[in-house]
Amino acid sequence: MASLRTTSRLFAASRPMFRPAFARTYATVEPTPSENPKMKTFKVYRWNPDQPSEKPQMQSYDLDLNKTGPMMLDALIRIKNELDPTLTFRRSCREGICGSCAMNIDGVNTLACLCRIPTDTKSESRIYPLPHTYVVKDLVPDLTHFYKQYKSIKPYLQRDTPTEDGLEFRQSPEDRKKLDGLYECILCACCSTSCPSYWWNSEEYLGPAILLQSFRWLADSRDEKTAERKAALDNSMSVYRCHTILNCTRTCPKGLNPGRAIAEIKKMLAV
Amino acid sequence: MARLSGLQRDVLSLYRKCLREIRKKPTESRPNFKAHARAEFQKHLSVNKKDFSAVEYLLRKGHRQLEMYASPGIRNIR
Repeated sequence: MASLRTTSRLFAASRPMFRPAFARTYATVEPTPSENPKMKTFKVYRWNPDQPSEKPQMQSYDLDLNKTGPMMLDALIRIKNELDPTLTFRRSCREGICGSCAMNIDGVNTLACLCRIPTDTKSESRIYPLPHTYVVKDLVPDLTHFYKQYKSIKPYLQRDTPTEDGLEFRQSPEDRKKLDGLYECILCACCSTSCPSYWWNSEEYLGPAILLQSFRWLADSRDEKTAERKAALDNSMSVYRCHTILNCTRTCPKGLNPGRAIAEIKKMLAV
Repeated sequence: MARLSGLQRDVLSLYRKCLREIRKKPTESRPNFKAHARAEFQKHLSVNKKDFSAVEYLLRKGHRQLEMYASPGIRNIR
């Protein structure tokens, strides 16, 4: 053990040598001198909380698409870097795994990092924060209530009995398969904020994203509190405000199907 | 006193909530909390009372701040 520790310390000490000398940057296309620039207009929702009496407004930015990366997030980052450092938005992973950059682009809720910039330069792109959310600033929505609802469904394994051998809670491949299409959800809130039912009843209706997560735990073969979970959902508001509008399934940037998960919950509650 | 609009009553009730929460703080730091709460309200005295969206935003912000400062871990404020 001691020898192991010394080697790891040696390794840790030697690590700075391998650190690359260049600073980390976001993926952008190399600026190539182009004769015919492809200028596209982006209209971005702006609102500054420090001047609450000023109305929100749309601000236009022109970018040359030849010098911009392919995704909307690249355009936003470029606007922030080069045109207007006051533009505010959330972003983190730039590859659709964190769900930070959820916003309404050209009328569709999606992740800016997964949304290609339409190459049609004649029409402008309009970028808004997620609809029917309180705006913190510019494109940043206030998701406190969404996260509170997520907490309310107890999104963790609930189990009292240990396994026979005291090791992990194991699952058959078939049971694991039931979680496919559920566990991939990154809680970006695109689906919930696209649901008209959630717009009008967000206080009590849980919304597609949270219900998908509810079903993820109902479907888990290792969870033992299925009855309690079902009892918590069995009222007129939590689930049954879903009228199968299916905006959620249509908008999901990860290609999941919250509408189906809600239907499965309804089936479980019915029997 | 003139009859107040619903929004104005909401603002006053937020202020009263702040004062109630301040009473739960240690005696020596209460004046600091009170001064802070008052200053936060006075900052936005110039907002037009008919500018509903602005007042509603400030109310939401105020409630959020109150929730944060009300936690028993916060003993003093400067």
